[in-house]
Amino acid sequence: MTTETKAPLAEVNRVIGKVRPHQTQNERLVFEKSAPGKKAYKLPPLDVPSVDPAALLGDAVRKEPAGLPELSEIEIIRHFTRLSTWNYAIDLGMYPLGSCTMKYNPRVNEFVSRIEGLAEAHPYRHDEYAQGILDVIDLLQKCLIEITGMDAITLQPAAGAHGEFTGILLVRAWHESQGNARKKIIIPDSAHGTNPATAAICGYQVENLKSNADGGIDLEALAAQVDEETAALMLTNPSTIGVFEEQIHKIADILHDKGALLYMDGANMNALVGKVRPGDFGVDVMHLNLHKTFSTPHGGGGPGSGPVACKRFLEPFLPTPVLYTREDGTKHWEYDRPQSVGRVRAFFGNTGMFIRALAYILANGPDGLRQTTEDAVLNANYIRKKLEDLYELPYKTPSMHEVVFSDKRQAAKGVKTGDIAKRLIDYGFHPYTVSFPLIVPGALMIEPTESESVEELDLFIDAMRSIAKEVEETPELVKSAPHSTRVSRLDEVTAARKPVLRWKPE
Amino acid sequence: MRYLPKSPAERQQMLAEIGADSIDDLFAVIPEEYRLRRDLDVPRQQAESEIINYFRAAGEKNAIGYASFLGAGAYRHYRPVIIDVLVQRGEFLTSYTPYQAEITQGTLQAIFEFQTMIAELTGMDVANASMYDGSTGAAEAVLMAMRVTGRHKAVVTRTVHPEYREVLGTYLRYREMPFAEVDYVAETGRVDLAALEAAVTEETAAVLVQSPNFFGVVEDIPAIAEIAHKKGALLIVSIAEAVSLGVVRPPVEADIVSMEAQSFGVALSYGGPFVGVLATKEKYLRQIPGRLVGQTTDRNGSRGYVLTLSTREQHIRREKATSNICTNQALVALMATIFLTIYGKEGIRELAEHNLAKAAYGVKTLSATPGTKLLFNGAPRFHEFVLQTAEDSAGWVPRLRKKKIAGGLALKRWYPELGNATLWCVTEMITKHHIDTAAKALAAGPVEA
Repeated sequence: MTTETKAPLAEVNRVIGKVRPHQTQNERLVFEKSAPGKKAYKLPPLDVPSVDPAALLGDAVRKEPAGLPELSEIEIIRHFTRLSTWNYAIDLGMYPLGSCTMKYNPRVNEFVSRIEGLAEAHPYRHDEYAQGILDVIDLLQKCLIEITGMDAITLQPAAGAHGEFTGILLVRAWHESQGNARKKIIIPDSAHGTNPATAAICGYQVENLKSNADGGIDLEALAAQVDEETAALMLTNPSTIGVFEEQIHKIADILHDKGALLYMDGANMNALVGKVRPGDFGVDVMHLNLHKTFSTPHGGGGPGSGPVACKRFLEPFLPTPVLYTREDGTKHWEYDRPQSVGRVRAFFGNTGMFIRALAYILANGPDGLRQTTEDAVLNANYIRKKLEDLYELPYKTPSMHEVVFSDKRQAAKGVKTGDIAKRLIDYGFHPYTVSFPLIVPGALMIEPTESESVEELDLFIDAMRSIAKEVEETPELVKSAPHSTRVSRLDEVTAARKPVLRWKPE
Repeated sequence: MRYLPKSPAERQQMLAEIGADSIDDLFAVIPEEYRLRRDLDVPRQQAESEIINYFRAAGEKNAIGYASFLGAGAYRHYRPVIIDVLVQRGEFLTSYTPYQAEITQGTLQAIFEFQTMIAELTGMDVANASMYDGSTGAAEAVLMAMRVTGRHKAVVTRTVHPEYREVLGTYLRYREMPFAEVDYVAETGRVDLAALEAAVTEETAAVLVQSPNFFGVVEDIPAIAEIAHKKGALLIVSIAEAVSLGVVRPPVEADIVSMEAQSFGVALSYGGPFVGVLATKEKYLRQIPGRLVGQTTDRNGSRGYVLTLSTREQHIRREKATSNICTNQALVALMATIFLTIYGKEGIRELAEHNLAKAAYGVKTLSATPGTKLLFNGAPRFHEFVLQTAEDSAGWVPRLRKKKIAGGLALKRWYPELGNATLWCVTEMITKHHIDTAAKALAAGPVEA
């Protein structure tokens, strides 16, 4: 063996440039591969007279071209293909990122979203020439209203947090219509960070609600906190520890008695579809995440889609426009909505995601949707059962679609949840959600979804059990993980202290 | 159900290992009275072929095969084939926000490339990883300017996309931050600089303009910047047609640029998903909303990328965050990145010049038809223009439709003072033949209305 091959792989990698097996080949930035005169495009000949931009635009003409890269088509294919191989993905294996519902993204969804008549529809075409897409939107709205048990819906919000914003705007507009916008929104300490951020941008004070010993809503504390200045409670149900609020009807009553509303963060709807409907248990307004529950792809961080469903009394406040069906059966957008909170986005929302979500609902039908929910809950409970002897379960309450452990036992050996997560990567899995929810110190939040087979679940369980053993025997191995990736742990402190946010030529 | 990887026997086995008698044991916590005892009333489970047939029929029910002169914030440009080939790789499509940097370097490096390209195009120092779209991006830019300046008012030109202004109104509704609208000059379609100067005060946090504006007219950015900066306000330039930057001077005087990048290889898809992006000067970096990717090194000194400056964000700062944005438009930003790599330095200019030439021919030909007049002739344009027709669009729309042409967008609903005016957009997808056909169909109507 030569000295070179004994050197740490990363060192060799840096020196030689292309030593990795194909799957993790090095790839420079696209700008570093550029050379003047290379082209990956060809425009058709201009069939009208050419123009002199400087003459037409005067001072407004661009003098220096933007420093974009110049490559050929094959180089672009290889560049982005190589980059893709550096990602972990649902298509490669289990992605138990709690709260994110990383389920299978069916490919027929992608196929139908690209059908010409749908993909090339301009948002300003006349309604009568958009009846096909309006049918799709109408059917999806009806399905989501039925699934949530609500009365009305808007599909306009572009993601979950945008849906929260829209939902709280509805709350505020309704309170205003009652004569008092009220001052505060109550948010449990187990909530997603988007909840308090949303309340704040809607002009509300955020009041924290401490969870009870079971990690759920403390009814007495809630009753003491809710008053005539409370606009709403933002509740995630099942909660972020994967627990259904058993006292949900009492929670709704406490709020409604004081004229406050119950907002539900629907991030965890994957535990409920077909089994129970938020509209039936007292929720007034809620958002859904089509990219979680309804299988539209997460795409490395979007696009999402965050429809907001509400009870009848909130309908007048929905964002404009709203879809309605005329007596002749044709569908149209209604813009004249005097009580509306206004638009939250240009056009009609992330329409391409509506197509995908509807394709998912059609592929499932009522029986498939219910079975999906049951399998998601079954998988989480299976993992819980198989790991609860090795990992601390801070709340013994029954789990729904996700299970939250803590690193208490491992932390005693100096190994934190973040270390265990990194070590999972070496076993071929994406980590679970780390250090969230905040009510569980050192949380391991595991959401397997329904998309995992017994075989994959067992592999994951084996990995987690093996890591627990490593923590006892060779904690350093875990603390310095991952050991199998093309980069090791990255220096985040320097990245934040001296931000380099773009490439610059030498 | 074909997406579920379990046999009935496996389900039973798992239940047995958990110690549950039936699946309903696992749902026992849900109060009895709320449990759904019936099937959901949604369509029955369908075969893949049925699903495809359903959506094909929906597509055909929409108008297809039209040459479209519609623009107004949603533009039809050619989408090179390899964009969809690459973004449909499962490793991009089915991964999520790159919190675990070691196994998401692909997404992270691509976003870093996107940020660089946007900074290059806009003339700004830095850009974020994306916003939902141009409308919400512009609203977030105004909120950002408020944080930077500590002021609470905004001035917005009436030539900013009307739906962007509506969204801004919604965002500012409960923030005690009124905004004043400044009108345009009737001859040029550009913002009235004297009125702007009068509207901007020491309390103004931001001046928001769009360029090319909603009428397709390029604004005088240096002059507007001077007015804003004189009073200590920030200038936000919203760009709805990103391809314009191939030939139009970037708004380097701006403090924040909010761009809709749909034109870079993203399908119209009836208005979304699109992709917004904010770019700004380095000094305002810590007030920018949304995700940012930064370059760093790993323990072995290898170059790598991470999400950075996340102390601005909701998952850390909660109610004190710069925005509540979480999921953004990463995959759509990747489409734009691939598009910009395909066209590159020369191609984006050539593409923009083709649009410029086609629009110039469109202006000349369409405005020459009897009863038709070009509005705002006194200022430079990119590829959109406003035509005033003697005849209401309700009259000529059917004649164009017969020729499989979707004509310009009626402006009356937002600009009643413009009467029968319509906004036309000519991209490289429109041929000379389409323009000539549209002109003939327009001319075929009553000359004097």
